[in-house]
Parts: sequence; C-alpha cells; structure tokens
Amino acid sequence: MSQPAELNIDRVAELSRLALTPEEKTRFSAQLGSILGHIEQLTKVDVTGIEPTAHAFPLNNVWAADVAQPALALSAALRNAPAQRDHMIVVPKVVD
Amino acid sequence: MNYEAVIGLEVHVQIKTHSKVFTRVGAGFGYEPNTLTDPVVLALPGTLPVMNKAALDAIIKAGLLLGCDIAPICKWDRKQYFYPDSPKNYQISQYDQPICIGGLVEIELPGAARNVMGEHKKIPLTRIHLEEDVGKLNHHATDSLVDYNRAGTPLMEIVSEPAMHTAEEAFAYLTSIRNTMIYGGISDCDMEKGQLRCDANISIRPIGETKLGTKVELKNLNSISYVRDGIAHEIKRQLAVVAAGGKLIQETRDYDGVAGTSQSLRSKEMAHDYRYFPDPDLMPVHVDEAWKAELLRTCPELPFDKQRRLIADYQIPYTITSVLIPDRELSDFFEATAQLAGTGRAQAVGNWIANDLLRELGAAKLPLSASKISPTNLATLIQLIDAGTLLNAAAKEVFATMFATGDAPAAIVARLGLAAAPTDAGELESWCRDSIAANPKALAEFKSGKDSAINAFKGPIMKAAKGKANPKLVDETLRRLLAEA
Amino acid sequence: MSAPLHFQTIAELSARIAAGQISALELTQAMIARTKAVEPRVHAFNSFDEADALVQAAASDARRSAGQSAGALDGIPVGLKDVIAVAGQPLTASSKMLANFVSPYDATVTQKLKGAGAVLHGRLNCDEFAMGSSTENSAFGPTSNPWDLTRTPGGSSGGSAAALSAGAAVATLGSDTGGSIRQPAALCGLVGLKPTYGLISRYGLIAYASSLDQIGPFARTVEDAAIMLGAIAGHDLRDSTSFKTEIPDYRAELKTRRGPWKLGIPKEYFGAGLDPEVGAAVEKAIAFYSSQGCEIREVSLPHTQYCLDTYYIIATAEASSNLARYDGIRYGHRTSAAKDLLDVYQKSRAEGFGDEVKRRIILGTYVLSSGYYDAYYLRAQKVRTLIRQDFLNAYREVDALITPTSPIPAFKLGEKSADPLAMYLCDIYTIGVNLAGLPALSLPCGFTQNGLPIGLQLIGQPFREADLLATAHAYEQAHGWNTQFPLL
Repeated sequence: MSQPAELNIDRVAELSRLALTPEEKTRFSAQLGSILGHIEQLTKVDVTGIEPTAHAFPLNNVWAADVAQPALALSAALRNAPAQRDHMIVVPKVVD
Repeated sequence: MNYEAVIGLEVHVQIKTHSKVFTRVGAGFGYEPNTLTDPVVLALPGTLPVMNKAALDAIIKAGLLLGCDIAPICKWDRKQYFYPDSPKNYQISQYDQPICIGGLVEIELPGAARNVMGEHKKIPLTRIHLEEDVGKLNHHATDSLVDYNRAGTPLMEIVSEPAMHTAEEAFAYLTSIRNTMIYGGISDCDMEKGQLRCDANISIRPIGETKLGTKVELKNLNSISYVRDGIAHEIKRQLAVVAAGGKLIQETRDYDGVAGTSQSLRSKEMAHDYRYFPDPDLMPVHVDEAWKAELLRTCPELPFDKQRRLIADYQIPYTITSVLIPDRELSDFFEATAQLAGTGRAQAVGNWIANDLLRELGAAKLPLSASKISPTNLATLIQLIDAGTLLNAAAKEVFATMFATGDAPAAIVARLGLAAAPTDAGELESWCRDSIAANPKALAEFKSGKDSAINAFKGPIMKAAKGKANPKLVDETLRRLLAEA
Repeated sequence: MSAPLHFQTIAELSARIAAGQISALELTQAMIARTKAVEPRVHAFNSFDEADALVQAAASDARRSAGQSAGALDGIPVGLKDVIAVAGQPLTASSKMLANFVSPYDATVTQKLKGAGAVLHGRLNCDEFAMGSSTENSAFGPTSNPWDLTRTPGGSSGGSAAALSAGAAVATLGSDTGGSIRQPAALCGLVGLKPTYGLISRYGLIAYASSLDQIGPFARTVEDAAIMLGAIAGHDLRDSTSFKTEIPDYRAELKTRRGPWKLGIPKEYFGAGLDPEVGAAVEKAIAFYSSQGCEIREVSLPHTQYCLDTYYIIATAEASSNLARYDGIRYGHRTSAAKDLLDVYQKSRAEGFGDEVKRRIILGTYVLSSGYYDAYYLRAQKVRTLIRQDFLNAYREVDALITPTSPIPAFKLGEKSADPLAMYLCDIYTIGVNLAGLPALSLPCGFTQNGLPIGLQLIGQPFREADLLATAHAYEQAHGWNTQFPLL
C-alpha cells in the first residue's frame, strides 16, 4: 500500500455482482481513486502489536438454548418473492 | 514409473439439533418446501444471527471424540459468494480460527478374509469447523426452484490431511467418522437425507515424490459406496491420463454413481474470492476446561475401542463384533445380555443377536429400540438351552414368540410344552448301549481318536426318545459308555 | 404560552392526554393534518398509513379509558426511519431495491414502542440504505430542511429529523452509523441521541455497517429523548451484540444527576474546516458550562485524523457484505432483462441500487478482496483500537467531551452531491464515536445569522447515557433554543 493501489473496477464489479455501464466504471474509478488516495494515510499509523477491534464491546459466548420456535407462515415467507412456483422461489436454471 | 494416489476428504456432517444453528426455527428433513423458514433463514432485511448452544456442544464433543485440540477461542467469519441456495449470499463459517484443530480418525482396512480383523491406521485431521448449511435447488427443464428448509441447519466440516492413498482407506475413513458421530449422538449420518456428505481431493504423484500433484476435487459422492467407487474411478482416470502422456488439470469433477463416470464441472463463473472477514453480528466463543470436561463426561467409548474390549472381555469372534459395533445400541444390548447370561455364553448371545434378532428386526422393519425382547429374556433363553431344558429347534420357536409378544421364555416354554422331556437315566443308558452296539464302525473311529464320530450314535437315540432327550445328557452318557467300551 | 399542538413535546402532550384535555385520536388526527400540510414541501415520509395510525390511536384511547395506559408514550405519534421493520408495513431503506417490500415482522424497537403504546404512523425518508449525509441519496427524492427548504436536513436520517422539526411527528427514531442521527439533529435544531453500541437491539434494523449501526431517538427536548431511550433500550436475545445492563429511569435521572462535570475539549475537533459561526456557538456553550462550575480541560484524541479513513474501510466492507442479500431472488427488485442467473444478480443490483450504495459496495468489496485484506480491513480494525483507546484515555481525566456536531450548518441541496469526499467530511466529528462505540448526543446551541440551527455534541462514557442526558439537560434548561420553530 506504499503507492495508491490499483482498483480493478471490472473485477470488483464482478465480485459485487453489479453490472456497471462504461460511464459508471470511469466515474466510480475516479471517485474511488481519490478516496483510496485519502485512505493511504492510514499506512502512517504504527499498529505494531495492536489488536484489531471487531466489536465495540468484547462479549463472548452469546447464544440461545436449542428450543425450536414456530416457523414463518409459508404465505409470509413467499409474500415478497418476485417469482414462485410450487411454494418455491423460481430462479433461472442454475448450471453448476 | 509407479504412482501413488493422495486423497484428502472434506466431510460435511449435519448436526442433529431441534433448531437451526443461528436462529431458532425448527430444523428437519422431509417437510413441505419453505415451511422451515423464518426472517433470519430467509435473510430478510434487518435480521441477525444468534448461536445455538447445542450445536456448539455437539461440535466440541465431536472434536473430543476425534482427539482434536479444542480452541480456547474461536470466531465466526463470513464466506462470501453469490448463489441462490445461500440466502444472505454469504455463509457464516469459521475461517482462520476453527473450533477443533488436529485430531486422528482410526480406520480399519479390509482384512484377509471376512472373519479376520484388518489393519488399523490413524488418519490425521486438519480441522473441524461449524457452519450453516444452504438451501436446496430443484432443477427443472428451464428453471430451478429453491427450497430454504435446509438453509441454516448446523453443519460440521471435517477436513482430513491429504493422508489417504486408496479408495478403501477413504471408505474406511468415512465409515469410521459415521460410526463415531452416531455413537456420540451428534448426527444420524443418513447419506440419503444429506446428513453426511463427502467431497474428495485426489491427486497422483510418482512414488517417492513428496510434493502433491495436481489436485482434482470430486463432488457428489452421495453414498458411502460411491465414495469408494468414485475415488477408485478418479485414480484410474488420472493414471490413464498420465500414462497416455497427458497433463492433469486442476478442476472439479462430478461423479455419477449410477453410470460410474465423472464429468468436469466447467464453471463459467469467475474465480472465487470469498472475502472472508469476521462476522460483526456474532461474538467469539471461549471454551474453558470446565465446559470441555462437562462434554467429555457425555462422550461414549469409541467404536474401535469397544470392539477390542468386546473381543478381549467376552472372547467373541471378530465377525460377530463387526456386526455389533456399527450400532451402538445393538452392541450395548449384547453387553447387557452377555453379562446376564453368565460366563461362557457370550458367543451364543452374539450369535442369537447377529443372526436371529437382526433377522426378525429386518423382517419386521423395526429398530432395536422397538424390539420386545429384553436382555434378561434373551439371557434366560440361552441359559435354558445351555441347561438342556430347551432343544435348539424348540428354542427358535420360543424366540419367535418372544419377539412377537415380549413374554419371558419360561412362560412360553410352559405354555407351548416345548421343554425337553425329563428322561429316565436307565432308559437313556439302554438306548445309548443299543446305539453303540449297532454301529461298530463309528465305535472304531471314535476309539481311534475321531471325536466327531460320537455324533453318529446320537441320531438313533434321539429317534428312540422322540426328539425330547436332553442333548447334554445324551452326550455325557455316550462318552461315559464309550470310555468303558 | 404553549407552542402549537404539533410542536409540543412528549412530556407536554402525555400530560394533556392524561388530563383528558386531548385524546390520542385527536392528537393523531392533528398530526395527520399537519403532515398533509407540510409534506409536499418537506418530503419527510416514504409512506404514511393514516388508517392504521387512527386504529392505533383509538386503541390507545381504549386502553386509557380501561385504566391500562402504558405510560408517557401511550398515544404519542412516533415516526420511524424507513430502515426499521414494522410488520405489515413497507420497509424500503429508500431504495428502489426494496420499493415493494413489505416486512412480515417487527423490529425489536418496534415491538417495544408498540408495547409502550406509541402510534407508529409513518416511514421516514433517508439516504438509501442509510448511506449519506444529506438524504439526497434516497431513491424517492430528497427531503428538505424545514428551516430552509432549499437546504438539506442532513442525513442519513434526514426524514426523521425533518418530520419532527416540521411538526409531523412528536418524536422519531433514526439510525446512526457515522453520525446519521446527530448530524441531521444538529442541522434541524433537534436533540438526537446515538446510544452506546449494544444498548438498543439492532434486530429489525436494516444493516448498513453492523459493528457501527445503532438506533436512537430524535426529540424536541432532552427529556423527550430520555423518555424515548427508556422505551427502546435493553438487552435482546435476538441481537448477539446487545448488552446486558441495568436500564435506569432516564427521565427521572435527569433531576437527580447534577454537575458540575469535568468536560473535555478535544483540540483536534476545532481545527480547519470548522465554520466560524458553528465554532463560536460551541465556544459559548463551553463558556456556559464553565460558568456553572464545570471544570473544562483540553484533551487530545491523537488518532482523530484517521477516523474518516478507518470508518470508510470498516463501514464499506461490512456494507458490501450486508447488502449482498439484496439480489432479486427471494424478495426485492428483480430485473426483467435477465437471460441467466448471473444477469439476475448483476442487473437487479445495478437497477436496484443508487450511485452511493454502488460506490460503497465496490469500495467495501475491494478492501476485503484477496491480497488487500491485511492492508485495508485488518489495519483499519487496528487503528480502530487506537481510536477507541484515545477516548478511553480521555475519560480518565474527564466525564464527557464537548465538540461541534457538524463542521457546517445545513448546506444547499445539490451542493455536495457530485463530490463524495466532500460529503464524507460532514461526518468528521461524529464518526469517531461510532468507531469507539460510545454514546453521544447533539443538542441545539444556537442559530447562524441566516437562521440555521447549530448543534453541540456531547460524547459520554459507555452505557452512561443517564449522565450524558443530564449534562445536556443542564444546558437546555438554561437556554431554550428548542422553543424556536421553523416557519413553514
């Protein structure tokens, strides 16, 4: 990260599952380039021996007992589905 | 050049819990599509995961049974990829801090014959981690349908080191894991229900080479015999490619167990980049000694340890133990019966269970737990036979009635009049003398040391006794008279 | 003289309801009428269920006549930011992606407010998926600032601020990931509280950045904020990050907790970029506390300059993951132009998300991608540790910190929309608080010469909201900025 990293907009858009137009790619690349340039200053911070913070407050062993609760009604589960058949969600044919 | 295969297995085991791993809707198999969902399973906007304590208990127990180190701290990571069976488009899993590390799986290879114990080996594990299962896709001609009932079921991934070399080893490894998980009550490991699933990483290399060859991942090994057949097929395929001067490519192949062929899965998908990062919605798990000790108390004896002990303590043949051991309840039933039956009768107990009891259960399509025969009654039956009170043919009839009614054998014997007739000692002795006198050839053979010749005298005696003579008494009387003759 | 009905507080209105001077139904009807009058100019609401609100209000009156009133909030119209789930109501996150989504379940805060008898009357506009500082990133159009309709109410909870400021609600809820409650509260002349991370359940809050998001109230007064906080705070089994802690009676504690407090002035918060009028108003507030016997001490939060970058790495990384579920498969916008599965994903998401959401997803995906994780995400998490330590070090010397909330008062709609980085700088005084998980509130501390509200930020210690509210209450009691209302 010593020099501003190269953002491969095609690859990142693919990973993000976003179909971007050429115009969007150019614009986002430029905007994100300047943000990444700003972010470069983080390299100046000495983080030797510093633990990462994943949660604002350290809690552990947060769980619930294994007691089954009622399911969502089928009609509610499928209420917002864009396409459904036989009580299942329809998607274009999935080829592995 | 001679080649060896190197095999590593990734085994997924569904944990048997009442509710899902990160939400409390019920978990199960065979329900109508999308009737085991809730807002969390469907990844509706705003939903959050909450760990299931029972799933954690189960995986720690699995780790203890397989000799893993249990990590004092483990955490949850998001594995990110888009797929319709994955509602959040990330799977909650464990990346760099799994809950179980290392471990060994003891396996048994096929012996020289069916009745000979095979070689035992220990296959090292890399890790076991906990994750959530995905939903199920049903493929149709022009589209696919998604059912999320399975999504969120607790799933263990057991990863072996690349330390196996034959399809038989892989088969034995999977069998051992299945037996161990069933013993621990962790999973029913029914492959037909997808409770146990297996992917294999297979490569070949010249013998003596230590670097791994090009790895092929074999998927859809969805029965335990497909695992053996699929791996054997893949090893053969790789050897053939190399023998023909070809080059192996790193790929994923799909094994078709019915056709016995495999096909490359040429995904049009771009290469994966899972972008693992710690799940901010879930807190880490700290496992202390007290928690481990509590689970250790619930750990059963391992199947192979039990097998060795049964052979040593009860002097029963390997063949019988190999029938009893895969089923924890059945082997417990054996032990209880053998203890009640008394010294010297364990083999008879084993035979009755392995032959008669399993046959009856199979015919009635019942599990052992539904059997009406108690260890006490089976032990009594064997004692009656041993005491000469009950002849073998009659005993079979008593057993069938015991299976059907659950009545005590003595009661059945009395009701059906099946007891061996009390024989007058003088009468028996005269039948014996007659039989010996009638068969000088057998007498000569017996005298010359052929012990089995004694059986030739028994038929006429039984005939004279109309089949109700006590065979033990017959044998004793014959031996006494033969010694004098 | 009391204010017009639509500008009255929870405290005032609940007393009037209790005294039988007004019914919940009448109040709700008045609120509906006011909303209809101002909404065309302000556009604070994404949806408003008039019939449902009246049913709730009638139920409240029935409870009261049966002697079963649930307390101060019973019958009070409360609006929710459109990122908080209400069963049977739309939940859009101001995104085309969820334009037709109806939630089948209640958020935990929704259940708590229903339990307290509040009349939940509308879904409030915001930046799409709570990403923004001006509410201009809403797919349903921007919200205007009631104090000056050509200006932004701030964001991302701009609708929550504008509705309250315009008198279309008595209190509202927003969510705050980097300042999204406090900044619009400052720009609209309201009290806005971001509670300690973990005090309020996030179950049912559409996630933007899970480790930073927190729900909190907008209110006209500190007392009202205390009432609202008391209603929504508390441990929740459905949120693993929620904290088990004793919830005091925040309203009652306002009277029992008195200064003088030791107050810290973080010098890094008064540097370049701070509008002079804002700076002057905050200095005056500091002088007030000093005059009340509070010890004022300059403190340093040395890693302040890294907050923005740390925030944009952590928030976008989490967002890229949290927003992966919006794929047009189980719910939400599905493209009509898909020839295969990949198309469903790529086109539905391209069509369903606006520019700022796409930008943040791309940035977040990038910083988590193979080869960059350590340099960006892991490093940002470590810097986050340092930022948090800065605050905890300061709290060895002082009880709370005083800063401006926003470096500038309300800016013109459209002024910053072409420059993401300039927009991000609106949050420089608020994001450190989210990174450290601390409670903070913004309260009015004056007006610019143009009549735009100015906000003062008080930053407190973890789970000590009662002290924070009492500190703010002391200032508010002596000033009364909250008795001025926008002319609409």
